[in-house]
Amino acid sequence: MKAFSYARATSPAEAAALAARTEGAKFIAGGTNLLDLMKLEIEAPTHLIDVNGLKLDAIEATEAGGLRIGALVRNTDLAADARVRRDYGLLSRALVAGASGQLRNKATTAGNLLQRTRCPYFYDTNQPCNKRKPGSGCAALNGFSRQLGVIGTSSACIATHPSDMAVALRALDATVETVKPDGATRVIPLADFYRDPGETPHLETVLAKGELITAVVLPSPVGGTHIYRKVRDRASYAFALISVAAIVQKDGTGRVALGGVAPKPWRVAAADAELPRGGKAAADMLLAGAKPTHHNAFKLTLAQRTLSAVLTEAKG
Amino acid sequence: MKFDTPAGINPIDQLKVIGIPTDRIEGPLKTTGTARYAYEQYDVAPHQAYGYVVGAAIPRGRITAMDLAAAKAAPGVIDIVTWQNAGELGKGPRNTARLLGGPEVQHYHQAIALVVAETFEQARAAAQLVKVSYEAQPGTFDLDASRKTAKPASGGVTVGTFEPAYDSAPVKLDATYSTPDQSHSAMEPHASVAQWKDGRLTLWTSNQMIAWAAGDMARTLGLPRENVRIVSPYIGGGFGGKLFLRSDMLLAAVAARLTGRAVKVALQRPLIANNTTHRPATIQRIRLGATPEGKLTAIGHESWSGDLAGGKPETAVQQTQYLYAGAARATKMYLSVLDLPEGNAMRAPGEAPGLMALEIAMDEMAEKLGIDPVEFRVINDTQVDPSAPQRPFSKRDLVTCLRTGAEKFGWDKRNPRPGQSRQGGWLKGMGMGVAFRNNLLTASAARVRLDGQGMVTVETDMTDIGTGSYTIIAQTAAEMMGVPLNKVRVHLGDSDFPASAGSGGQWGANCSTSGVYAACVKLREAIAQKVGFNSGDAVFADGAVRSGNRAVPLAEAAGAQGLEAEDRIQFGDLGKTYQQSTFGAHFVEVRVDAATGETRIDRMLAVCAAGRILNPKSARSQVIGAMTMGVGGALMEELAVDAGRGFFVNHDLAGYEVPVHADIPHQEVIFLDETDPLSSPMKAKGVGELGLCGVSAAVANAIYNATGVRVRDYPLTLDKLIDALPVVG
Ligand SMILES: Cc1cc2nc3c(=O)[nH]c(=O)nc-3n(C[C@H](O)[C@H](O)[C@H](O)COP(=O)(O)OP(=O)(O)OC[C@H]3O[C@@H](n4cnc5c(N)ncnc54)[C@H](O)[C@@H]3O)c2cc1C
Ligand code: SF4
Repeated sequence: MKAFSYARATSPAEAAALAARTEGAKFIAGGTNLLDLMKLEIEAPTHLIDVNGLKLDAIEATEAGGLRIGALVRNTDLAADARVRRDYGLLSRALVAGASGQLRNKATTAGNLLQRTRCPYFYDTNQPCNKRKPGSGCAALNGFSRQLGVIGTSSACIATHPSDMAVALRALDATVETVKPDGATRVIPLADFYRDPGETPHLETVLAKGELITAVVLPSPVGGTHIYRKVRDRASYAFALISVAAIVQKDGTGRVALGGVAPKPWRVAAADAELPRGGKAAADMLLAGAKPTHHNAFKLTLAQRTLSAVLTEAKG
Repeated sequence: MKFDTPAGINPIDQLKVIGIPTDRIEGPLKTTGTARYAYEQYDVAPHQAYGYVVGAAIPRGRITAMDLAAAKAAPGVIDIVTWQNAGELGKGPRNTARLLGGPEVQHYHQAIALVVAETFEQARAAAQLVKVSYEAQPGTFDLDASRKTAKPASGGVTVGTFEPAYDSAPVKLDATYSTPDQSHSAMEPHASVAQWKDGRLTLWTSNQMIAWAAGDMARTLGLPRENVRIVSPYIGGGFGGKLFLRSDMLLAAVAARLTGRAVKVALQRPLIANNTTHRPATIQRIRLGATPEGKLTAIGHESWSGDLAGGKPETAVQQTQYLYAGAARATKMYLSVLDLPEGNAMRAPGEAPGLMALEIAMDEMAEKLGIDPVEFRVINDTQVDPSAPQRPFSKRDLVTCLRTGAEKFGWDKRNPRPGQSRQGGWLKGMGMGVAFRNNLLTASAARVRLDGQGMVTVETDMTDIGTGSYTIIAQTAAEMMGVPLNKVRVHLGDSDFPASAGSGGQWGANCSTSGVYAACVKLREAIAQKVGFNSGDAVFADGAVRSGNRAVPLAEAAGAQGLEAEDRIQFGDLGKTYQQSTFGAHFVEVRVDAATGETRIDRMLAVCAAGRILNPKSARSQVIGAMTMGVGGALMEELAVDAGRGFFVNHDLAGYEVPVHADIPHQEVIFLDETDPLSSPMKAKGVGELGLCGVSAAVANAIYNATGVRVRDYPLTLDKLIDALPVVG
C-alpha cells in the first residue's frame, strides 16, 4: 500500500470537484474492495476522499412511485428495508446472496456497483493483465479461466463483473444518479453504465473523472415473482459461477438478467421476449454469440438449466 | 522406558481422568484472545522490526538483476535480505527447494528477498519497490503430460503374480482417478519472531515438529544445535504445512542476524499456496479382479505424482498394501519432476488421496458384482497383513465399524440403483467409504515435576496444533499422579524441553502421552522412594501416595525442593511383528440439485476404531474437522495449475475454497470402545488423520448414488456432472 492523504468531503459536489482536481484521488465508501486492492497495490490512490459523511444514506420514495437509494446505504440496510423486501424482492435476495454479513454491513450501494473483478490474474501483480496494467496482455485468456466471462468479453479481457446486487438492479431497470465535478447532475440507466471492455478493459464505466454516484433509483414496482438464483461451488460466501435474476409474471412474461457471465450484468431485450417460451429459448437469446473458453464452457449449459429451473419455480 | 511387550494393567486403566470428555485446558486463553500465537509475541523481544517477503515472479530460471535502491530508500526500511547478504545458507534434509532463492529460482513465489522495516506497512510498501529482472527457463508443470517421462519410485509391493490373476478374474474393474494439488490453508499463516543473543538464536514460531525445526535451522545456518531455541506454544492449524522449517523462520532469523534487531515475519496469505508446501496431485490407476461371490483375487494400484527434482512421491498406494484381503497384488508409484512448488505431507499423506481413489473403485466393483458396498468390504476383510500373513493386525475391528455405521445411518434405506431418489428438485443419494491410516510409533520424551504445593508440571516439546495435546497430556499426568486436572500444568512447544514425537502422522497423541506416562512412572518411583514406600505397593490417588494404612500428601512428599523425573518412551518391535493401523467407516447422504448439479451434504457419520480414545471430546473435534476437510476435498478444494505459467493461480482464500459453515450439516462420530495394548502403555492410537481418510470417496459415491454419474476426477464440481443430469423444465 502506498502512503496516501485523506480528507472527508462535506458535500457531494465538493467531493466531485476535489476528486477531479486532485491527482491520484479516489473516493472511499465501505472500503471493503478498495482497501484490499490498495494493500496489493492493484489500486494505488495517493489521496482518499471519504464520502461516508455525505448523508447519502437514505432510502426514499420517488414521485414516480419508485425508490431512491442513497449511494451510501449499506447493503445490509438495503436488503432489510421493508419496501425493498415487499416490492423489489429480487434486490433483497441478490444482496443477501453476496459476501458475508460483516461485509454487507460495511459495503455501500455505490461501492458495490463499482467493485472490481475477481479474476485471479488481476489480483497477482506478477502476471500480465490489461485491466490492471493496460497493454500488458491477458494471462487469463490461455490460463485458468473457469470463473471468467463467456459473453460480452473481448480479446483483451474476459473478466466478469462480480456484483450480485447489480444483476438485480439491471433486471429492475435501475438508473444511477451522479454529480459531476462542475456540480451538474446526470442520470445514467444501469444498462448504459458499464462499458464494453474492447481494447480498454481498465475503463469500466462511463463515469467521468471525479464523478460521484449519489443514488440509485428504482422505477415503480412491476410485481411478479422475484427469484435470484446464485450458483456456486460452496453454499455461501463465494462469488457466482453464474446467477439468474428473474421477474416472472403470472402470464409467463417477464425479465431476466444473468450474473457471472459477462463484464456487466447481462440482459438482452430479445431474451425477455422469449421468456414465455421457456428457459432454453430465453437462454439461447441471452447467450447467442458467446465465446467461452475451454474451462468455462459449462457456464452456457449451467445458465440455461438454471434459468429453466427458475422459470419452473416461478410457475409455483 | 522401552515399550516392547504388550501393555498390562496400568494406572491409565483407572480411567478417572483419561477417557472422560474434557474441555481444552487452554480453551479460555484461546477464546479470550490471550493465547500468544507466534505473530503476537510482541513482548518477548524489544524493538521488533517487520519483515515482508518478496516472492519470485517466475517459476523457474535465474535472477539477472535486483534493484534495491528505491526500496532501501523508502521510509522506515532497515535492510533487505537477499541471497547476496544472507551469508552461507545450507539446507535441511526435509526441504527440497531452498527457502531463500536467488540467483536460481526453483518455483513460483520462492522467497527471494525480505524487506525489513520499522512497521509492517513500511515493509509492505517498500517490497513493491524491489525491482527484479529474470531470465526465465522453461519448466514442466503438467502432471498428466509428464507421465511419459515419470520414473518408478520405491515403495510399492508385489504379492503373488498380479497380471495373470487380474487377467483371469471373472469380474474386473480398470479405472483411472485423479486428485488435485491441495493447500493446507491453515487459518494462522506461517509466522515467526527471531532474536539473537550472544550467538544464540531464539525463534518464536508456529511449527508442528520442534526438534526437526531446531535441527534443520541449525543445519541451515551452520550453527551448533544447542544454539537454536524454538518456541511454539500455540499453533493456529498446521495440517502438515508446518511440519518443517519454512521461509518465515529462516528469513526472520537471517534478518535478525543482519540487522541486529528482533524481526517478525508472517507469510502473506497470497504467498502461502506457492511459497510453502502442498499436497501433490495424483493420477491413479486401479485394477481390481474378483470372483462373482465378491472375493478380491487381484488388486493393482499405480500412482503418478510429481515434485521438484530431489523430491518425493505422494504415497497414494500405501493403504492398498494392507486394507483388503486378496491373493495377488501389485502397487507401484511413479514420480515426475515438476517445477511447481514443493510437494509434501498434508494431513494423512498417502492415504487421503489414495483412499479418494481406492474407495471409489471399491464402490464401482461392488456395483459390478451386485453386492452391497458395505458387504463387499466385509467379505474382503483381513486380520493379517496380506503381503506378510505371519503378521497379524494388532487390532482390527473394521467390520464392526462397517456394521455399526450401516445400522446407525440407516444404510438399508439406500436405493442401490443410482439416480432413482428424487425429492423436489433434488436427487438424493447415500455413499460410504472405508477409513484406514497406519499407527506410527515415534520415541517421545517428557519431564515431570512435583512441587511443594502438590502441583504437577509437565514439560515436553510436544505441540498443540489445535488438536488438544495440552489437555490429553494433563489428563495423562493427572491419572498417573492421582491428582485432579487443575493440579497439572502443561508447558509445550519449547526446544529446551525434552524432545517429543511432535504433531504429525496422527502419532502425536499416543506417543507424546506415552512419553509423559514414562516420565510419570519414574516420578512415582522417586516419590515412593522418598517417603519410604515400596514403589510396587504405592497407590497414587486423591492427591496423596498411599501404602497400606499410611498416606502422604503429594505436596508433603515433594517437600520444598520438589521432585523431578524425565524419561523417554521408545518403541520396540511390536510395530514390526504386528501391523498396527486405525480403521473407520464413513457414511454420507447428499442431495444434488437436478438442474445445476450443486451438491449439498445432508448428514455424515463416522465410526472409528482407533484404540483407546483419550479425550472423546477433542477426538470428536478432530474427526468432525477431518470430515469437513474431506467434504472440501470432495467438492471444492483444488489448487488450479496454470500449466503455461507454472504456478497455482488461486492462491488466496477467495480463490481456494474450503467449506464454510453452510456446507457442513449434521455430523456424528462414534468411537468403538477398544484398547490396543500392542500400541503403547496408553493403549491408544490416533484419529486426527483417520477422520479424513475415505470421506471424500464416500461423498463421491453418494453423488453417484444420487445422480448415476460417476466422476473420477476430484473435486466433484458441478461442471463435471451437469452434462449428464436429467433434462430440466
Ligand atoms: C471476501 C469478500 C467476498 C465478497 N463476496 C461478494 C459476493 O459474493 N457478491 C458480491 O456482489 N460482492 C461480494 N463482495 C464485494 C462487496 O460487495 C464489495 O466489496 C462492496 O460492495 C464494495 O462496497 P464498498 O462500499 O466497501 O466500496 P469501496 O471499497 O469503498 O469502494 C469501491 C469502489 O467504489 C468507488 N466508490 C465508492 N463510493 C462511490 C461513490 N459514491 N461514487 C463513485 N465512486 C464510489 C471507490 O472509489 C472504489 O473504487 C465480496 C467482498 C469480499 C471482500
Ligand atoms: S481477464 Fe481481464 S482481468 Fe483477467 S487477466 Fe485478462 S485482462 Fe486481466
